Amino acid sequence: MIELDRLSKTFKQKNGKDVTAVDAVSLTVNEGEICVFLGPSGCGKTTTLKMINRLIPPSSGRVLINGEDTADLDAVTLRRRIGYVIQQIGLFPNMTIEENITVVPRLLGWDRKACHARALELMNMVQLEPRHYLKRYPRELSGGQQQRIGVIRALAADAPLLLMDEPFGAVDPINRDAIQNEFFQMQRALNKTVIMVSHDIDEALKLGDKIAVFRGGRLIQFDHPDTLLAHPADEFVSQFVGQDSTLKRLLLIRAEDAADDAPSIAPDTPVEQALEAMEEQDRRYVVVTDAERKALGYVKRRDLRRQQGACGQFLQPFKVTAAHDENLRILLSRMYEFNSSWLPVLGADGLFLGEVTQESIADYLSSGRSRGKTSIVSPAANAGAPAA
Amino acid sequence: MAERYGKGLLGALAAAALLALLVHWIGLNVIRHYRDDLQFYLQAHLFLVAVSMLAALAVGVPVGILLSRPFMARRAERFMQLFNVGNTVPPLAVLALSLGILGIGDGPAIFALFLASLLPIVRNTYEGLRNVPASLKEAATGIGMTPRQVLLKVELPNAVPILIGGVRIALALNVGTAPLAFLIGANSLGSLIFPAIALNNQPMLLLGAAATALLALLLDGAVTLFSRLCLERGLAR
Repeated sequence: MIELDRLSKTFKQKNGKDVTAVDAVSLTVNEGEICVFLGPSGCGKTTTLKMINRLIPPSSGRVLINGEDTADLDAVTLRRRIGYVIQQIGLFPNMTIEENITVVPRLLGWDRKACHARALELMNMVQLEPRHYLKRYPRELSGGQQQRIGVIRALAADAPLLLMDEPFGAVDPINRDAIQNEFFQMQRALNKTVIMVSHDIDEALKLGDKIAVFRGGRLIQFDHPDTLLAHPADEFVSQFVGQDSTLKRLLLIRAEDAADDAPSIAPDTPVEQALEAMEEQDRRYVVVTDAERKALGYVKRRDLRRQQGACGQFLQPFKVTAAHDENLRILLSRMYEFNSSWLPVLGADGLFLGEVTQESIADYLSSGRSRGKTSIVSPAANAGAPAA
Repeated sequence: MAERYGKGLLGALAAAALLALLVHWIGLNVIRHYRDDLQFYLQAHLFLVAVSMLAALAVGVPVGILLSRPFMARRAERFMQLFNVGNTVPPLAVLALSLGILGIGDGPAIFALFLASLLPIVRNTYEGLRNVPASLKEAATGIGMTPRQVLLKVELPNAVPILIGGVRIALALNVGTAPLAFLIGANSLGSLIFPAIALNNQPMLLLGAAATALLALLLDGAVTLFSRLCLERGLAR
């Protein structure tokens, strides 16, 4: 956990006037979370970041890591405990990839074997073949590969906290997406606390558990990404997140949040009873579940009309379904793709959680409710996502 | 790889051919006649060059480093002007001056050569260090290197190409100026050249001049090769 307590920075200009670059910024980032500092250039986000590892000495205020005031540590010790990634990557051209990765462990006095083992482990984590790359020099690698090395170098000494200054800004869009996903999974797996500077709202929404919006050295809003989109604190924030903020929210909302509590029936329900229920609720179909609420399929009103017996006979399998942790953007895309007006939302064991329809999505988005972070890529990466 | 070696081979062949032409021009019997002199003066010449270059390196590199440190940022250029002015004085004049102060012999010659070699080394050390990208220094500091470690592990290794450039300039200057040391009573290849001028001995003059030039080329090649193989690995060329 890292806590900034009224952190401020004043510079003296050449004409003798004081300029406040960062004005009493206070915020807390919990362990295992990614916090994105967002804002236009010159808003103080990078200065704030650099005050954490004291590349820029703060004028006043405190930085606490796990409750310990970092002012008591000397700058070098402090920095060795914090991973640092910069936009320009900053790999040392005179060192091989292995030397670059193990530079902090070597500073900390790890022995040669431990360093080598660590380099192998990290290279495997970013899917770069160690045999090919460890003995090479940075200039022999592509930009994307270099940035991956830059990230794992920051992880090498297993620092619990990672500071990243626009880490993916210099990578081309296609590679950036892949590296972001890779980084997100790594971060979730290793449970690192990350503070990242970005001016890219999409990157912030994609990676951030919390987003801190800066303007003119002040912290304007510090919230979950979805809250930021749903309830921007002021005009500036709403301008910054863009006019399509509601569409952006689709990425952040999970199927289970937008699902309505649609009814379901058992397979042995008599047809007349099912028809009556559907008529009453003006539904053209209903989901069929077993005794443990596992979804079996659905029945259509048209198929049941003027029929006898139990609904089980008329059961149809689902054309498409939605997993509970998929985001609405994927769901909407699927609905259009299959020309379906609804999707059943299934939990981990096939449990029926409700239905997502165009109306339920619209209801959720306009309801003023908002939630925290959802998974961006794979269910495996979702383990650390906090509940709403 | 093969292409590189091929080029090297071609270069070596060309050099050998030139050397053969030179030897033919001077004449084998002349070389045989002056062999002992040549050996003696070459050694003396090398001694002057080696001592003055080592001294220039020992002083120039630390001075260059010092000038490149942040606390010197504002004054560095002024100091550099001082060295510049020093370098506008012709080597001959420096020799004469050091003769006046230190007398005759190897000492004043080495001192003059040292002064002549100093500026390129200081200037290029300073420029080389200043040209190390700020992002590299920031990354190095940010991951927890002390200023000393930043200098030794990141700044100096990445300043090497420019620094070595300065050493090569200084070396060429040094080897080329060393014959003048004859004028203040120090032994060098100049001891072949100047008497030859006085005696109008063309072959001997040529021998001295050619030996000086060859020495400069050889030393330059050696420094370049050493730097490429040992110091500049991984750096862009």
